[in-house]
Amino acid sequence: MELFTNQVLAGIATGAIYACMALAVVMIYQAIDHLNFAQGEMAMFSTFVSWQLMQWGVPYWGAFLLTLIFSFLGGIAIERLLFKPLAKAPILTNVAGFIALYAIINSFAGLIWDFTIKQYPTPFGSSPFLGSQLISTHQAGMIGVTLLLLIALYFFFQFTRMGLAMRAAASVPESARLVGINTSWMIALGWGMAAAIGSIAGMLIAPVVFLEPNMMLGVLLYGFAAAVLGGLTSPLGAVVGGFLMGIFENLVGTYIPGVGNELKLPIALALIVTVLVIKPAGLFGRPIVKRV
Amino acid sequence: MTAVQEAVTEAPAVEAVPKRAMTLGTGSSLIMLALLIMAPLFVKNFIIFQLTMLLIYGLAVLALNILTGGSGQFSLGQSAFYAVGAYTSAILIEHAGMNYALTLPIAGVICFAFGFLFGQPALRLSGVYLALATFALATAMPQLLKLGYFEHWTGGVQGLVVTKPDAPFGLPISQDMWLYYFTLVITIAIYIFSVNLLKSRSGRAFMAIRDNEIAASAMGIDVALYKTLAFGVSAGITGVAGGLGAIAVQFVAPDGYTITLAISLFLGMVVGGVGWLPGSIVGSAFIIFVPNIAEGISKGLSGAVFGVLLFLVIFLVPHGARQVAMVAQHLFGKLKKR
Amino acid sequence: MTAMLNIKALNAYYGQVQALHGLEFALREGSVTTLLGANGAGKTTTLRAICNMVRSTGAIEFNGASLSGRSTENIVRLGIAHVPQGRGTFTTMTVEENLQLGAITRGDRAGVVSDIERMYEHFPVLKQRHTQQAGTLSGGEQQMLAVARALMLRPRLMLLDEPSFGLAPLIVRDLFKILGKINREDKVTILVVEQNAQLALELADQAYVIETGRIVMSGSAAEIGNNEDVRKSYLGY
Repeated sequence: MELFTNQVLAGIATGAIYACMALAVVMIYQAIDHLNFAQGEMAMFSTFVSWQLMQWGVPYWGAFLLTLIFSFLGGIAIERLLFKPLAKAPILTNVAGFIALYAIINSFAGLIWDFTIKQYPTPFGSSPFLGSQLISTHQAGMIGVTLLLLIALYFFFQFTRMGLAMRAAASVPESARLVGINTSWMIALGWGMAAAIGSIAGMLIAPVVFLEPNMMLGVLLYGFAAAVLGGLTSPLGAVVGGFLMGIFENLVGTYIPGVGNELKLPIALALIVTVLVIKPAGLFGRPIVKRV
Repeated sequence: MTAVQEAVTEAPAVEAVPKRAMTLGTGSSLIMLALLIMAPLFVKNFIIFQLTMLLIYGLAVLALNILTGGSGQFSLGQSAFYAVGAYTSAILIEHAGMNYALTLPIAGVICFAFGFLFGQPALRLSGVYLALATFALATAMPQLLKLGYFEHWTGGVQGLVVTKPDAPFGLPISQDMWLYYFTLVITIAIYIFSVNLLKSRSGRAFMAIRDNEIAASAMGIDVALYKTLAFGVSAGITGVAGGLGAIAVQFVAPDGYTITLAISLFLGMVVGGVGWLPGSIVGSAFIIFVPNIAEGISKGLSGAVFGVLLFLVIFLVPHGARQVAMVAQHLFGKLKKR
Repeated sequence: MTAMLNIKALNAYYGQVQALHGLEFALREGSVTTLLGANGAGKTTTLRAICNMVRSTGAIEFNGASLSGRSTENIVRLGIAHVPQGRGTFTTMTVEENLQLGAITRGDRAGVVSDIERMYEHFPVLKQRHTQQAGTLSGGEQQMLAVARALMLRPRLMLLDEPSFGLAPLIVRDLFKILGKINREDKVTILVVEQNAQLALELADQAYVIETGRIVMSGSAAEIGNNEDVRKSYLGY
């Protein structure tokens, strides 16, 4: 029993990574009704930028803030330049665009910073949290930041005009235009915000998985899975989904024999799919009744 | 969590390609056929091998086109079916001493069953959820192939070497050339089968489901049956392609069938034009040759160059090669009128 | 006659199909005008063309300013509110959020708050349900919400696309009464497109009849209502 509790707790700690990434995924899904496969790469690139700033002597929080701004603007730029022209193209073509973006960013990161693994600092230190051997202060910090982000996003969407406008634009774009909302810019904003959130995820994750161009692939997949599990329309679901993913992953690794690192992901994904078959809209998603 | 009503007025995720536009006209088909028959006569063996791979990946993209462009189901998991087909052929040839040609229908049938079975739980999923499920399948496959339990059959991480067949009846052509024509015949047969499938009642059922699943079901179409059938057929064709691939490459190994393959096939479908069967070969050409071109342009930034080239293609022709064909047809029609 | 909305030589297209052929009409400021026609005649297309939601050529002028080339949202910001066919309710948001969205382009917070109160006075049932998800409202209630949302813009011109569609006659009567009140008290010019000719003609001052993308008749509501052909085709007697 103690092993179980320990693994659950450890799972929550690692799950914070997925929760943070899942928030970015849900953010962009709200804006464009789609999963952006290049999001992990964008987060990775932002993290490298922050690392570079620190190499040039900028202190941690300064680099953090600058990277946040860079990511926000970068996300908007990418949307305006690369995806606005594809707005009228079929969805599958847009997906191909995401894949192309992935390839471009990954390649550039590899060229600029090469593929050797780098250390990345954490502002929270890595001593045991409150004396516990399972959660380090960094992991506690991750959970804290993720929860803060969640609250901030909730506040933004529920209580601000911009948040309301973004929700409207994503929900019924034609009606949003009929109340005067520039839906095209709402999409750009969604991208910017998703990029910013993704950069936070990257900067929190890097101390744990170490900084290298391919660091985000596994994380992104878990993030997607977590977002889908939680229900793609719910930021709360994304966070809960993330923690659950972390727990699943740990329990699967501990209790199912013969499962090495490589099989953990497919099994976790299979579990997600099982949940979806039972609850197609995810745990917290709103089931949508379609009238023909 | 109240259910919310939403009128399905938005466009279906996969756009409908009008039936008569789904294939080439007779003239273009004959020209294409002539080109394919004559191509290997003028080039070296290695190029012939590449042409064979062109046909093989073309088949895999075709299979995906039937699934996505035909029945509207997303799949990022075709690499799994390809792998099963490849390994089936390899194991039958190497461990059971079976004639390579016979392994192909077996690979096809096994993959059909596999796809049909996978289609069952996938029935309740659509869009991104189905994409995720098929993605899970694709990531799992290489790991499953590496598992210790199967190592005796699969050769584990190192895989299996497959013997390349000679031309039969002592024909004076190289192994590569024989394999090319063998593949070509199979490709043409499957192509004709697919075209007819989509024109048939089943094909119409697929497309009805693609365009509006609820309406299709209300019209009495057995949605569950046709959706799983589409998965099965698609998997079966991909399995045959996988088998051919194993024979052509002379080698099967788990890391040759990763998610990268599944993504490439997806890109091939988009570049060729979703739902446009003849485009499959254009898509196949893209995924075989463009990465090499990209690497030729810049070794360090090959990924970025590939991405840029892909963007160029989708900016210029968002509907893929089909769009080019339609423009060409339009211009040709105008010229004829003069 | 000060024409608030002036439409000349309007052609509209759905892909290759032409839906409107050289449409021409004008709306007098402060009037209620109805555009009558059968299914497929082009009524909805006309409203959509005004808001640039469909490809069109021709000249549309609103208070002297040309609308061509402007995006839908910019046309709306000029003061044109459009209640679309099917209402276009934000089904996943609450009634109150829908009303707030109607006023999202306005800067005066206090004005918005008092306007919401006024909408609740016009439509008490909305006040009852103001925290409910809009998608759970009945058809009639959603129609009222759609009208209220449009009014939150404080529009100069309101376009309504078949507001009676799918609603019980009593509810439609109530709705049209409120529309009349809004026209008189808030000085909102109204263009209402309807298949239900009877009620529309009772509410309107001016009427146009559209058939296969062309205006075939125009005049005061009374004239059109008394017209032999209109009575036979649209009023059933």
